[in-house]
Amino acid sequence: MTWSDMQPLLTQGTYDTLYMVLWSTLVTVLGGLPLGILLVLTDKGGLLQNRPLNKVIGVVVNTGRSLPFIILLIFLIPVTTAIVGTFIGPTAMIVPLAIGAVPFFARLVETAVREVDHGLVEAVESMGGGIPTLVWKVLLPQALPSIVAGITTTVITLVGYSAMAGAVGGEGLGSKAITYGFQRFETGFMIATVVVLIALVTVVQLVGDGVVRLLARRGRTA
Amino acid sequence: MITTSGLTKVYQSRGREVTALDGVDLHVRQGEVFGVVGQSGAGKSSLIRCVNLLERPTTGTVTVDGVDLTALAGRGRRAGKELRQARSRIGMVFQHFNLLSSRTVQANVELPLEILGVSGRERQTKALELLDLVGLADKAKAYPTQLSGGQKQRVGIARALAGNPKVLLSDEATSALDPETTRSILQLLRDLNRELGLTVLLITHEMDVVKTVCDSAALMKRGRIIESGTVSELLATPGSELAGELFPVSGAATGPDRTVVDVTFRGEAATQPVISQLSRTYNIDISILGAAMDTVGGKQIGRMRIELPGRYEDNVVPVGFLREQGLQVDAVDDAAEVVAAAELIKDGAQ
Repeated sequence: MTWSDMQPLLTQGTYDTLYMVLWSTLVTVLGGLPLGILLVLTDKGGLLQNRPLNKVIGVVVNTGRSLPFIILLIFLIPVTTAIVGTFIGPTAMIVPLAIGAVPFFARLVETAVREVDHGLVEAVESMGGGIPTLVWKVLLPQALPSIVAGITTTVITLVGYSAMAGAVGGEGLGSKAITYGFQRFETGFMIATVVVLIALVTVVQLVGDGVVRLLARRGRTA
Repeated sequence: MITTSGLTKVYQSRGREVTALDGVDLHVRQGEVFGVVGQSGAGKSSLIRCVNLLERPTTGTVTVDGVDLTALAGRGRRAGKELRQARSRIGMVFQHFNLLSSRTVQANVELPLEILGVSGRERQTKALELLDLVGLADKAKAYPTQLSGGQKQRVGIARALAGNPKVLLSDEATSALDPETTRSILQLLRDLNRELGLTVLLITHEMDVVKTVCDSAALMKRGRIIESGTVSELLATPGSELAGELFPVSGAATGPDRTVVDVTFRGEAATQPVISQLSRTYNIDISILGAAMDTVGGKQIGRMRIELPGRYEDNVVPVGFLREQGLQVDAVDDAAEVVAAAELIKDGAQ
């Protein structure tokens, strides 16, 4: 396999991977953020203390997290087909990717929100602030740097998941590596996909760290 | 302005009950600075948190500015709309400032106004006005992490004043500050109390705070208020623990050839050099054994322990002179027999 053979495959693979990862990240953040906040609010001593609801969310999240992704992928085929119409292709992969990452991200959000100083909540309560004020003006802004760090970790996890999706009819770098690198013994191509994946993850981590630094620097420098 | 009656707070902790407040009746008059002192665990923190219902009292009522807050509070953990509105009229400052690091100083002061639904431009005007009042007009765009402790507390105070409260609650506001900064923050609280007519309820474990700013004080122990009153009332109460802590004096007790008395200045006597007058008028030598005095607004407050030569019976006239000046005089003695002698002095003075 020459470079001119590999190049279009790598470009297409990278494009598909980015497509799956970016869309599933968006869905994961939209789903995991409220779930993570609810986990904190409904917990014992929380502002919306509700033990049964907290238990239910906890069980759902733990179940989602304990299934190996490759199993979840197969397990969710009927769901994916119901939503997208097919379980093959990059668009279809967004469903299992997002469902797999939501519980993971929800736990990261939960940890980030728990770290917000309770004194701040108390101060805003003493001003007469209600739950929406506390969530939008205290918990989210104060936890934002940790949440962004969580998004970075989630994106990187999704890059890994998306490669696995290649085994079950997905597209992207993982699928290309399995088809050409593994099944056709093209060691050179396998190495090339690994290099692209490493580059991708490195860029995501660098960008994420940069944003976190920018947010955390508020107030540190004049 | 603030009245609590029969306030109790019982915490459930691993099946055990811990009583933090055990029937607290507190009365804070309008326009005064009221200090609650006590050691850690005495229940001060629970008390101040019950005043704006950050903690729900187990039983009892809290009335602030004529509004029964305990009646407004629902049963659940969530504060209803009415309670939240009432809270917005009670300012609170905290030991660890509790400023949002994600917001600038100005945005921190604007937060209570956002909650009240004040428009953007008005918020800005009000916030800058308040920052000017606390002497931080130039720090509006800074972030809390760029400020010193004293500056942070000034922002905390500006924020607490944003809702035009009539009452300010101060939860150990100066306990995290150095002595000099503490003085400047207390001075600010005093100024706000005078200029805005703000009623201040503060809790502290530092006697100096009470001495510096408080009109009235209460001593808490094991969830109860042991003593309470204006500083001069407390001074007038024989054996008052709080007065003793505020104005500690030491020195030997009365002996066979000397008379030791505590002279209490309650801020009512005119500022005159009474001791030297006493000495000159009666031509006696007076030793000052100990003294804890403060001059507040040109009036002297505190205690002085002095020794006069001779037995009690010989000193009836000088003691009478001190009483005429509006001072309280109490004999200091160990033995019970001397108490009788003290009665003799009192009779003599009359």
